[in-house]
Amino acid sequence: MKLPGIADVAQTERTSKSTGLHSAPPVKMAIRNASKSYDTRSGAVHALADVSLDVREGEFLCILGPSGCGKTTLLWSMAGLHALSSGSITLGNQQITRPNPEIAMIFQDANLLPWRNLAKNIELPFELKRKPPDRERIAKLLDRVGLAGFENKFPRELSGGMQQRASIVRSLSVDPSVLLMDEPFGALDAFTRDEMNLLIQEIWMETKKTIAFVTHSISEAIFLADRVAVMSARPGRIAEIYDIDIPRPRSIDIQTEPDFIKRVLDIKSRIEHGRGARVAIT
Amino acid sequence: MDKVLGDKIPEFNKKQGGGGNVGLSGASFSLGDHRSKFEILVIILVAVVIIGGTELALLVMKVPQYVLPRPSLIVTALFTEWNFLWPHILITLYELLVGFTIGASIGFVLAAVITQFPFVEKIVTPYILLLVTTPMLALVPLLILRFGFGSEPRIIAVALASGPMVMINSATGFRRVDLAKIALARSFGASTLQIFTKIRIPMAMPMIIVGLMVGSIFGLLTTIGAEMVGGAEGLGNRLTYYSALIRMPQFFAIILILAVMGISIYVFFFWLGKKWASWEA
Ligand SMILES: Nc1ncnc2c1ncn2[C@@H]1O[C@H](COP(=O)(O)OP(=O)(O)OP(=O)(O)O)[C@@H](O)[C@H]1O
Ligand SMILES: [Mg+2]
Repeated sequence: MKLPGIADVAQTERTSKSTGLHSAPPVKMAIRNASKSYDTRSGAVHALADVSLDVREGEFLCILGPSGCGKTTLLWSMAGLHALSSGSITLGNQQITRPNPEIAMIFQDANLLPWRNLAKNIELPFELKRKPPDRERIAKLLDRVGLAGFENKFPRELSGGMQQRASIVRSLSVDPSVLLMDEPFGALDAFTRDEMNLLIQEIWMETKKTIAFVTHSISEAIFLADRVAVMSARPGRIAEIYDIDIPRPRSIDIQTEPDFIKRVLDIKSRIEHGRGARVAIT
Repeated sequence: MDKVLGDKIPEFNKKQGGGGNVGLSGASFSLGDHRSKFEILVIILVAVVIIGGTELALLVMKVPQYVLPRPSLIVTALFTEWNFLWPHILITLYELLVGFTIGASIGFVLAAVITQFPFVEKIVTPYILLLVTTPMLALVPLLILRFGFGSEPRIIAVALASGPMVMINSATGFRRVDLAKIALARSFGASTLQIFTKIRIPMAMPMIIVGLMVGSIFGLLTTIGAEMVGGAEGLGNRLTYYSALIRMPQFFAIILILAVMGISIYVFFFWLGKKWASWEA
């Protein structure tokens, strides 16, 4: 079962790409010297410091970092939801200063509107754009994520995983080319989380969307990503970028393989080393 | 034994869910639940026993009519006086409806606007609290001096009594902003107006309905009170009239009408709450 409007190229192309050596695909979003501080009563909070990062066309980029390092801040800036203090974010040759129809955001808890049933929740983006909902596409998407038949249920009647699947459908229904995901599965139990990780991998392979996925789970990042960008603690900056050339589709089992565990430990020690240095200085 | 218990517990749970709706706590009788025939029978039986018992007790103890008339006399009075009372009912309803509509509209708009500007809210809130806590009835003699004995002073009093109630409750609702939900709407390109109609209002709806309910009950109290203070029409005025003549069955017939009005208001907003705000269980 394939998603509507999808070419079948994805898989082979990606496995060959991930063996490296080929020139990198074109840049989809470019973040240049992005800094942001929040003004609060107790003074300015410096959340992002001079972040530069490329999100490549069609890649699965994971942004990994400790709590409070500015991941959400970065993602909101990429979504055009708030302005940077300095620096720039571009999509193609457009400057991102406001929400862009090409970019859809998926929030931590599914962020469904509790007063609307599933169907009405998913039609929200169309309603806001004053367009008739693309019912056919929505039905296919719902079927794809296993939510067909739940259209009349309210969010409180759905499990956490189902709610998050609904929110993914809501974002995909308007066919954006970039998906920004902010710890979407952070609140789910381990089993549901594995299930959702597999689903999002499948969806990505089928749709060729560009995905920037924030998480603070190292193994989730490695499992999903083409590249993992590790952020340092506040003020957030990009500390390191790792290429993850594990062939796809990846199964949950790979997480127990020595190569996978080695990658986890690598990143972990890099993060802890960074922390240790900070502690030593301060 | 176990089976009986097992049958009882879900019943109990179901009722809890129905009664605790919309945060209308305190008002604890449940409506709209699916009652079994047995329950209906018991409810009717209890009512019959209470009313019949009162009738009998008053009859046996020879309580004089001017102290407490028998239920049968009250109902009789309701029918015999109906043609005289009917215009007054309409006047009371008219004053309540117009006053409440004006007050509630102003209160709602004020709440929606003011909560967007925390600074303005700080300045305005003390005056709203003053309006909430001051019994508007006290102003009625003053309003009568200025506007005469017609409906206007009462309508103004009702608006002043219900408006602030709608306002403070709605404001509480509008203040419960969920930034993630607003960000969600914005990420899909929502305008400020769309954020207001599609996110802020539905989010505030449970509190808005509570405000409307409390406001309209306050409005009813104020209408009756204002009619008792001055003027020559309305149910409040009839209350003073009949009590002055010590015509207690008629007096209590009006009390009965007022009770029905109050309960109707409650039931209406309870139903509205179920319809528009049941998501917040
Ligand atoms: N609206 C705001 N006003 C003031 N400070 C803020 C605001 N939003 C975030 N911050 C601060 O900026 C820093 C970065 O926050 P951000 O939410 O981007 O971190 P995060 O990496 O997403 O954290 P988490 O993993 O906990 O979600 C934190 O120290 C936070 O307290
Ligand atoms: Mg965050």
